[in-house]
Amino acid sequence: MNIFVFGIIASFTLIVALAAATLPKLMHAALSFAVMFLGISAFFFLLGAEFVGLVQVFVYIGAVAVLIVFTILLTPHDVGNVRGFGWSGVVVAIAVFGGLIWAIVKTKSVAIAPSVAKALTVKQIGEALMISYVWPLLCVGVLLTAALIGALILVMEDKRS
Amino acid sequence: MSQSLDQIFIHAKQWLLSFLSGRASDLLIQIVSSLLNIVALLGVFLTLFALMSVLERKILGRMQNRYGPNRVGPFGLFQPVADGIKMLIKEDIVPARADKIVHFLAPVLIAAAAILSLGVIPYGRNMTPFVIDGGILFFFAVGSATELTVFMAGWGSNNKYSMLGAMRAIAQMISYELPLIITVLPVVMVVGSLNPDKIVFAQKYYYFGFLPHWFVLTPWGATAFALFFVSGLVESNRTPFDVPEGESEIVAGHMTEYSGFKYATFFMAEYLGMFAVSGLAVTLFLGGWHAPLPWLAFIPSYLWFFAKLSVLLFVFIWVRGTLPRIRIDQMMNLAWKFMLPMAFTCVVAAAVWHYAGHRLLAWLWSLAVIAVVYFALSIFLDTRKKFTPRRYRFVE
Repeated sequence: MNIFVFGIIASFTLIVALAAATLPKLMHAALSFAVMFLGISAFFFLLGAEFVGLVQVFVYIGAVAVLIVFTILLTPHDVGNVRGFGWSGVVVAIAVFGGLIWAIVKTKSVAIAPSVAKALTVKQIGEALMISYVWPLLCVGVLLTAALIGALILVMEDKRS
Repeated sequence: MSQSLDQIFIHAKQWLLSFLSGRASDLLIQIVSSLLNIVALLGVFLTLFALMSVLERKILGRMQNRYGPNRVGPFGLFQPVADGIKMLIKEDIVPARADKIVHFLAPVLIAAAAILSLGVIPYGRNMTPFVIDGGILFFFAVGSATELTVFMAGWGSNNKYSMLGAMRAIAQMISYELPLIITVLPVVMVVGSLNPDKIVFAQKYYYFGFLPHWFVLTPWGATAFALFFVSGLVESNRTPFDVPEGESEIVAGHMTEYSGFKYATFFMAEYLGMFAVSGLAVTLFLGGWHAPLPWLAFIPSYLWFFAKLSVLLFVFIWVRGTLPRIRIDQMMNLAWKFMLPMAFTCVVAAAVWHYAGHRLLAWLWSLAVIAVVYFALSIFLDTRKKFTPRRYRFVE
């Protein structure tokens, strides 16, 4: 059953990801990219990680996809134009893919058979974030705030000129 | 008697499912059970949508000193049927330069998102259509997909008014999503769960035997409820925040290029979204399906839920009949300078209330936190503009 569902979700996600990479119109690619996020969140649901799956939809479809769409609109592209094929993109993609595969293979925990996942409560997630992983969380928060302020300074109008 | 009346729909569903038990596999029973939930949900809310559309016109008419629809059926009650038939037989026009697929998918997806978010709200005792542990998160996850579908509608139409409307809609939805979600946080914090059922159960007790334990009766709850309601108005693009579709400026925003039943679908999605936000407000702050007084608990729980829901929906209509549309810059200022700090204050005030022990003293401390921030904000945000009668300058 699980293998069957996995097959459906995996092929769906791959097809949509391929569409995102090959569709001629940039906006279509962005929209299929958003659908791909849905496929990935379906994986999390399949693994029993309901919370992560919902956050995946929430953050990636609600925020990241909208950000991508806005970026396409606000940068000087002719949105309707056919995209070219860049070899540099292929190189970067292969490098990232290779790096990820290397990291996954090197990770010890993948080799261990997974224990039965317990249903996580919100409280446990909160405690994990606020006690065990409080420093990474704070670092990410500071980084994002810095990025936000930086972006604001970049677009701020100089009133004197 | 009241017990069985309360559970009548649950029993009806079990009775229907009993025909299947023993004859079909568990998976099939589960699917049929889900389908029954969906049919009930759609039946109730599409009826409510039809009712709401005619009542809104009636009430607005009343507020503006006119009759409203009164030709079709008694008191114009069959107006939605006539509207539906009209919408169905209208020509479906797709602009020649529109992106056909995206243009078609947008209304479908926006209605799907609205219907999905209705699925996690507890409508009565044991009457949550789909029990998800992270129900509140599910609600917002689905709701956040709306932005993308609005964008699809605007971009797919290939029309500058549609695009402008979609951009406005996304700008205001993203800005108000923050206060909307942050005002939910105190409730989630105090209850310690994202499950809507548990949030409703946490509000079932009564102080002194008559004062309900609803979160709206705490200072942080009242503030959060007000902020949540205003954000809900914005999220459902209602007046005074209907900038995205402002008929007098950009025709109908992202819906400009839609006609016939697709337009009706957008309209329906907007109303369903309104029901969903109001339903969540009832669940979070107004005690869900609990009776306001303990000796009124004999009235079935779902009736209480829908009574509270209709009160909120009436306020939606009332606000629409009363307030003019506000400008986009006023709206953004309100969101980022006032609503967001107040929403964060609610979180702090709820923490104070929680750790000071839920008693009268805690209540006062919580009120103090909110009052201090409110007055500080009102001093800080004061533009020192005196509002004198406006003098208009015309081109001569």
